[in-house]
Amino acid sequence: MPFTVNKGEVAIMLEFVQQLVNGLSLGAIYALIALGYTMVYGIIMLINFAHGDIMMVGAFVGFYSITLLGTNIVMAMIFAMIACAVLGVVIEKVAYRPLRGSTRIAALITAIGMSLFLEYMTIFLLGPQQKVFPHSAFPLKEYNAMGLLITNKDIFIIVSAVVLMIILQYIIKMTKTGKAMRAVSVDREAAVLMGISVDKTISITFAIGSALAAAAGVMVGVYYNTINPLMGIIPGLKAFVAAVLGGIGIVPGAMVGGFVMGILETFVSGYGSSLYRDAVAFGVLILILLIKPTGLFGKDTGEKV
Amino acid sequence: MQESKHKWIRFCGEVLILVALFTAVQYAITAGLLNMYYQINLTSMCINIILAVSLNLINGFTGQLSLGHAGFMAVGAYSAVIMTQFLGQPFAIGIIAACVAAAIAGFIIGVPTLRLKGDYLAIATLAFGEIIRVVLMNIDYVNGPAGVVGISKLTTWPVLYWSMIITILVVVNLINSSYGRAIVSVREDEVAAELMGINTTRYKVIAFVIGAMFAGLAGALYAHFFYIIKPETFNFLKSFDILVMVVLGGLGSTTGAIIAAIFITALTAALQSFPAIRMILYALILIIVMIYRPQGLMGNKEFSRETFNRIWGGRK
Repeated sequence: MPFTVNKGEVAIMLEFVQQLVNGLSLGAIYALIALGYTMVYGIIMLINFAHGDIMMVGAFVGFYSITLLGTNIVMAMIFAMIACAVLGVVIEKVAYRPLRGSTRIAALITAIGMSLFLEYMTIFLLGPQQKVFPHSAFPLKEYNAMGLLITNKDIFIIVSAVVLMIILQYIIKMTKTGKAMRAVSVDREAAVLMGISVDKTISITFAIGSALAAAAGVMVGVYYNTINPLMGIIPGLKAFVAAVLGGIGIVPGAMVGGFVMGILETFVSGYGSSLYRDAVAFGVLILILLIKPTGLFGKDTGEKV
Repeated sequence: MQESKHKWIRFCGEVLILVALFTAVQYAITAGLLNMYYQINLTSMCINIILAVSLNLINGFTGQLSLGHAGFMAVGAYSAVIMTQFLGQPFAIGIIAACVAAAIAGFIIGVPTLRLKGDYLAIATLAFGEIIRVVLMNIDYVNGPAGVVGISKLTTWPVLYWSMIITILVVVNLINSSYGRAIVSVREDEVAAELMGINTTRYKVIAFVIGAMFAGLAGALYAHFFYIIKPETFNFLKSFDILVMVVLGGLGSTTGAIIAAIFITALTAALQSFPAIRMILYALILIIVMIYRPQGLMGNKEFSRETFNRIWGGRK
């Protein structure tokens, strides 16, 4: 035989690939949330702090559509996406649009306010307790492929995330709306002169971004089995890190960044301490900001005076 | 001659007011007129004033949005507690250690991150604040996530009051000095300031380190009044609390920050049994103030003797 491997090495390899598979589904979730961050930033230069909380609302809509309406998981996801698309548009209209001409810090503080509002409004209305995502909606099946443990959860999350990303790419690259979105993000004034309705385009961007976050919310419910009103904060921040890692404002960057963050996180909690799991995400953020603030895919544009 | 005499009299008057306020509360505490509930809220008020005034130096005067203030507070609190509880040093040493440690943390974090601008800086400081918290959770010497319990109550009214006064005096005098004018010029227009020969990074770091130092002081005072500290106390919601005070009071107004800190503490005390409503109110304050009055209640104006004179038509 050209090379031999002993049993221990096989086990280590298997463990490694297993972590990779676990990381992929978490990464798919982060990638979906990161897409919303990056699209909104690309178009109005705002870090939408409330984005993680929109994901939380999506998870709750999905939860109630399963428990109250008795829908299946796919319908729950569609309901959550519709509800959050509307929510995203309303938030933009009410809170962000009046601030479009003001400083970016003012907009950021408003976004922080919006995030707190969504979190504590949910606590006020539904209580702070966590809710168990119904198992009946998604009976767990485990498959054993060559020693690798793959659950139908992982398959569901990765497949639906990839489908959504393909649809998003189609919208951005092939449709007129997508063209308008790209035009506004490149140069808003020029886009207005070309007859593009900036307000409408920004609304559509928020709707799409929020719908993706809602889908991610339902996936988080499936992945962790529990949801609570503050569940959006940490995944939101990590997805933001993913967006920065890929280069904020760049759509493929957010996808890659999301997967990298998910895989990195599973490796740290798998091989290191799970207590440091959250610190790693922030450490990555600081490293990128210090070394290449434009992200992996970003181009340096310099500062205009 | 006449002018300097006036100044001297006014200065004496101000000192008298401060001492009178101090003595009145001191008397009320020793005479048992203030029960524990009021003492707790009074303490939070003073600590919040220190936090708001010091964060206002960074966010308001320097214009660098920092969301990691609770992290520096944590550094201060833990340093002071290690000094007093673990090493048996007096409280004064603990306070000094808290200030020094927080200032060093501010320097270490400030130097690399203050190159960043606007929202990137906000996120980076938020990340650092969270890293401080996660690191504290992993240090067994200070009991990790469980925190330190049974800290002796050393934060008395004199310590608290004069710490607060010193904080306010340092910040106000700093802002009125040439350093202060350089700091404000960084906020107004960084490029223009740089063209005028101001080393903007240097002034940003100075403001950041001083702000962090006072956050550390607030942490030390907090730890030695409230008996227990754990990393979770200093998460980014705490930073947002302080941010609400600064935003409400006016980015760049020390008196605004003080008024807002008093108001927010009173609001918190009043809504103690409805924490969700309190946070919803905070959120609405942030959004509504930013939309309708982005400069905050006081803007960058100060409430001072001149304001009194203007309102009551007093003589110059």
